[in-house]
Amino acid sequence: MNNELSAIEKTVLSDYKYGFVTEIEADEAPPGLNEDIVRFISAKKNEPEWMLEWRLKAYNHWLKMEEPNWANVKYEKVNYQEIKYYSAPKQKKKVNSLDEIDPELRKTFEKLGISLDEQKRLSGVAIDAVIDSVSIGTTFKEQLAELGIIFCSISEAIQEHPELVKKYIGSVVPITDNYFSALNSAVFSDGSFCYIPKGVRCPMELSTYFRINAEGTGQFERTLLIADEGSYVSYLEGCTAPIRDENQLHAAVVELIAMQDAEIKYSTVQNWYPGDKDGKGGIYNFVTKRGICQGAHAKISWTQVETGSSITWKYPSVILKGDYSQGEFYSVAVTNNHQQADTGTKMMHLGKNTRSRIVSKGISAGVSNNSYRGLVHVGKNAANARNFSQCDSLLLGDKCGAHTFPYIEVKNNTAVVEHEATTSKIGEDQIFYCNQRGIDTETAVALIINGFAKEVMNQLPMEFAVEAQKLLAISLEGSVG
Amino acid sequence: MLSINNLHARIDEKKILKGINLEIKPGEVHAIMGPNGSGKSTLASVLAGREDYEVTQGTVEFAGKDLLELSPEERAGEGLFLAFQYPVEIPGLSTTNFIKTAVNEVRKYRGEEALDAVAFLKLMKEKMAMVNIDQSLLSRSLNEGFSGGEKKRNEVFQMAMLQPKLAILDETDSGLDIDAIRIVANGVNKLRNKDNAVLVVTHYQRLLDYIVPDFVHVLYNGRIVKSGPKELALELEERGYDFIKNEFKVEA
Ligand SMILES: Nc1ncnc2c1ncn2[C@@H]1O[C@H](COP(=O)(O)OP(=O)(O)OP(=O)(O)O)[C@@H](O)[C@H]1O
Ligand SMILES: [Mg+2]
Repeated sequence: MNNELSAIEKTVLSDYKYGFVTEIEADEAPPGLNEDIVRFISAKKNEPEWMLEWRLKAYNHWLKMEEPNWANVKYEKVNYQEIKYYSAPKQKKKVNSLDEIDPELRKTFEKLGISLDEQKRLSGVAIDAVIDSVSIGTTFKEQLAELGIIFCSISEAIQEHPELVKKYIGSVVPITDNYFSALNSAVFSDGSFCYIPKGVRCPMELSTYFRINAEGTGQFERTLLIADEGSYVSYLEGCTAPIRDENQLHAAVVELIAMQDAEIKYSTVQNWYPGDKDGKGGIYNFVTKRGICQGAHAKISWTQVETGSSITWKYPSVILKGDYSQGEFYSVAVTNNHQQADTGTKMMHLGKNTRSRIVSKGISAGVSNNSYRGLVHVGKNAANARNFSQCDSLLLGDKCGAHTFPYIEVKNNTAVVEHEATTSKIGEDQIFYCNQRGIDTETAVALIINGFAKEVMNQLPMEFAVEAQKLLAISLEGSVG
Repeated sequence: MLSINNLHARIDEKKILKGINLEIKPGEVHAIMGPNGSGKSTLASVLAGREDYEVTQGTVEFAGKDLLELSPEERAGEGLFLAFQYPVEIPGLSTTNFIKTAVNEVRKYRGEEALDAVAFLKLMKEKMAMVNIDQSLLSRSLNEGFSGGEKKRNEVFQMAMLQPKLAILDETDSGLDIDAIRIVANGVNKLRNKDNAVLVVTHYQRLLDYIVPDFVHVLYNGRIVKSGPKELALELEERGYDFIKNEFKVEA
């Protein structure tokens, strides 16, 4: 028996709950993007020469690229010269322990409900918190180190483990991959790095918390996660941003590498500010997430709960290179008011006997638009590849839209690819039935959508599933009845 | 406890209830019978507060309150329960979780503490035995894939869990096999006491063998055209509705 409802009751607030600005002095780059800014970021971070060269290569490539406009979303083009590409909360000196972190900054985390101390003591979740562009502190580091697990900011990894970073960065998402990944490669300021050694089962959830704080900044984190042979890790990413009038850009890159027999579970709960009721403000979330099952029997599983951002453009993907490798994608995407989401996945079957499973649940309310876009590719050597896709849409009201674009490319005739799709509406009958049992409409909607999204919610680690259920309820507040 | 006075209701332009009068006192069982389409379910829906129906005339008092002023969930909080003729399905929502939410929302309305998991389980076990419902059904999604009879049994189980002042059972017997009718009726009887009342809508005398009514009413063309003791149900079973239809043809 769970207590999801009382949790929902407590947190059904009508405004974006995380809309506060932390008053911390920031150490910033001036707005705009040019080679000097790239050099500035690299120098700030005291990076080795190879890293700077890699960034510059990405920057020069980006200059030649055009912003994509094929996704089913409409927005005012971003002016890349108005964005600040680096904003670090100013700290007097390098911190040696969490206790030395700026108290204002710690208050921010407490407001977010992720007091680092608390997390450390109670929940047993190791957290790397990224505020604006810089990674603040990683809990549990020593305990993980005993197992040989490296979990730190990517800046630190560049200093301490350059051989690993150099080997893997850009190996799954090359700098030339797309417009936003090229941009990210040029200007990423921080992010998380994780390496799980051979045969190690990571004993706790690893987690990154992202928050955009300073005005007019873009956030470009870079996450690199390597699970060596036979290892296992479950990783969670959470995000918030304060309310601002202007739109803010978030263009992250996440790369996952699973070696033979390794398993990576990557979960995201995304609730960036979605903009107000009229569609003003909000985060543009243009993210490239990709994992590769490098060896046989490797497994990568993406789970995402997307409730925020004014625009979401995101397709977590898996390259199934190793024979018998498996890829999974479980997604709940909620759009309300003027939000637009174009999200889905790509499953690239290259190895033999590879399997993938896609479960996408789209919930649209208000005048929002929610699209699922998925590609299942079966290469000519991928004998006996199997895919199953299930895409369900739930509509609240009749001014919103749900669209499904499944693309299938099969080059091996032993493959079996199945696709199912449904669209339904929350029925007045369902709501009245709940009402008659004493349940008000708001709560009824929360129950119905959580039921709809259950298959995906079940994939989340327990403590985050409760959080995610609250988020669904909050983001659909006031959209029915 | 319930007093309905000259109640008129319509949907869109169609008049369905055309002046219902009905008085139900604590401890009583009333049965409503009547041909298909006469307005029985409409009456139940209007009492439960379904917004599709517009009340154009009349008053309804329930437990000292103006029922028509209350929202559906407030009516439930006040102790009005409707066992639906066609219970809805909610995929993915566990039946147990739904009922727990309902029980605690009603408790909240009454200013009572929410039941914790232990107390809730205890209550559930007790009521499960009373209406003879299987645990496995309750862990499934609400009514999803339930057989007709299972849905009805689930309605009565919810009634047992919510312990309403007035329970309206809309054709709860239809779709039940002979044994199930007896079990469900026994469940309802066990829930009866001097402070609550039951309004049974049915087409068949058989249910009334078990849930013995104090009064039987015939609803025809939006009006209660005949009321009588429990023997009236037997007469209807024997003679059908024709004699009533003929009697009231002129007014229809
Ligand atoms: N939503 C609606 N729209 C249009 N007509 C309706 C609606 N609901 C009910 N009616 C009509 O109102 C009349 C009464 O319907 P109601 O369901 O109350 O009958 P009933 O007595 O319960 O019948 P049954 O014994 O078949 O269950 C019927 O003619 C029905 O078609
Ligand atoms: Mg009916």
